[in-house]
Amino acid sequence: MVTTAIFQRHWRLPAAMLVLLVAVVVGASIGPAGPPAWRVPLELINRLPLISFDSGVTSTEWNLIWQIRMPRVVLAGLVGAMLSTAGAAYQGVFRNPLIDPYLLGVAAGAGLGATIVFTVNRAGTSSWIVDPLPLTAFVGGLGAVALTYLVGTAFGANRSSATLVLAGVAVTSLATALQTFILQRNTDVVRQVYSWILGRLSSATWSDVRLVIPYVILSLGALLIHRRLLDVLRVGDDEAKALGVNVDRVRLIVVLAATLGTAAVVAVSGLIGFVGIIVPHAVRLVAGASYRVVLPVSLVAGAAFLILADIPGRILDNPAETPIGVVTAFLGAPFFLLILRTRQVAE
Amino acid sequence: MSKKKLLIALGVLGSLGLVACGDNKEVAPNAQISGTSCSELSGDMGSGNDLKIISLSPTATEMVYAIGAGEQVIGVDNMSNYPEAAGGAESKLSGFEPNVEAIAGMEPDVVLISYDPGDLEVQLEGLGIDTWTGYAAMTLDESYTQLAELGALTGHESGAATVIECMKTAISAITETVQEMQADDDAASYYYELDDTYYSVTSNTFVGQLMSSLGLVSIADGVAEGNDYPQLNIETIVSSDPDYIFLADTICCAQTAETVAARPGWSEMTAVVENRIVELDDDIASRWGPRVVDLLTTVANAISSN
Repeated sequence: MVTTAIFQRHWRLPAAMLVLLVAVVVGASIGPAGPPAWRVPLELINRLPLISFDSGVTSTEWNLIWQIRMPRVVLAGLVGAMLSTAGAAYQGVFRNPLIDPYLLGVAAGAGLGATIVFTVNRAGTSSWIVDPLPLTAFVGGLGAVALTYLVGTAFGANRSSATLVLAGVAVTSLATALQTFILQRNTDVVRQVYSWILGRLSSATWSDVRLVIPYVILSLGALLIHRRLLDVLRVGDDEAKALGVNVDRVRLIVVLAATLGTAAVVAVSGLIGFVGIIVPHAVRLVAGASYRVVLPVSLVAGAAFLILADIPGRILDNPAETPIGVVTAFLGAPFFLLILRTRQVAE
Repeated sequence: MSKKKLLIALGVLGSLGLVACGDNKEVAPNAQISGTSCSELSGDMGSGNDLKIISLSPTATEMVYAIGAGEQVIGVDNMSNYPEAAGGAESKLSGFEPNVEAIAGMEPDVVLISYDPGDLEVQLEGLGIDTWTGYAAMTLDESYTQLAELGALTGHESGAATVIECMKTAISAITETVQEMQADDDAASYYYELDDTYYSVTSNTFVGQLMSSLGLVSIADGVAEGNDYPQLNIETIVSSDPDYIFLADTICCAQTAETVAARPGWSEMTAVVENRIVELDDDIASRWGPRVVDLLTTVANAISSN
């Protein structure tokens, strides 16, 4: 049967999508307030077109779910999808499994940008139509990666990926040093910067979602188009060139796309660690190493992962929040060790 | 990673929970309860001694000036923005990163701090300079003790006694007035906002205790013990539907009653509908000096107008 054969080859993406759907429903259902969790899925079905029944969810409760909880779920999904896909793409383009999306300096640059906004009269910007905070973080992130690329390709004799990675380390240190210096001179904003860095899914709104969605779609689209070329890059720069691939151009486009999306999500959500590493690796364990599969499955699985990882933060310490960055790193570190061990055993 | 380094730096600065930000700002003038100020008293405040003082604690600065020892102050840190005469706005001294050489160069006899960021006390001692530490007060009594200590230190014992008496009288007047108004109602609840990422306070904190004395209960009570400045979940804040919202982030984060009302999902909250959002001055709300009275007056007036 043709359909069976197709299913055997392509079951992973539909399976991941099913997990994502479940994650969205669970994410929308569980929280410290609002209606009993089991009523929320009913209400979600009720809200679908052409279906109408009484789920027992009041309009106030729905307001809470739709205005406060749903933006958080959707933003977590977008951020998770973006960071996982960008992580997988970076790992492919640099042929290094330990690389995360923040490597080329995007996080440090965005952090520097955000710190500058907090220190330069944050109160004065409240009347602006556009909030300069995500904008400056975005520009800071892009600027840092541009600097990395410039330095890495100018001094790297053969434009090898190792030079670029090292340049990223240097630029990250530079941006971090600048940020620390500015922060030391403006200790009154330390708490705001700290809160920003720990990740801000907790205060997500629909306007945050609207802000990042164009960049995320653009970036994910560009990365998915290049997934086959990433497979070719796996054989090495020279071999890929021999096969007719313009390696520098592919690398530039992939880095550019991944950086654009990462900078956008970092700008609204702060730094959320480990997602860009653990999700692609988990996907590789299940789905093999081909980027044709790893990239789209990472996208969907990353969204599901971050939505689910956000739930403990909401309810563990109720009424207090546990920052998402802490939850992901807490889950991520043991997971990472597990992957390393599994690999060793396999070898 | 930038994150780790910063986290360590922040761990060191852990006491920042109480630090306010930015410049001074006028808050709504009090309507019903007459605002006694204990920060600008005059009269016999004692003759003082010739001790030269540097204050690296904004609260200590306020206390020293209130008890009449302002003339002995030769320098303050850059956060000491009250009173204006203290000159904190132009200062380059930092209370968090104190430059020992710069301090020593000003030749003070004593340095006032609210905590020791490193080995400041030891270093200054080596240079023959005394330090006085006034930790963030946990109770009003600790505030009074600090005032009395500063009075003894500067030779303004009578000034300190006058300020303490003023504060005690004013605070008991305010709490009595409020208690009479509340009669036998259930305790009103409040959400106290430290910044726009929803950090708040429990009733165990200094501010929380002041609120308790006015019969108010924090919606943050119930978090794990020891986490007295928790980051609250928005769902919890909205569904707790507190009677009052106090904004101690009007300066740092430019929050107002309007911005709170405009937050998605907040518009139906009682405090928003009934206009019970109280804008506080971040600085006054985070210090434990004589202007505690001003803070209580603002809060009490908000209660009495409802």
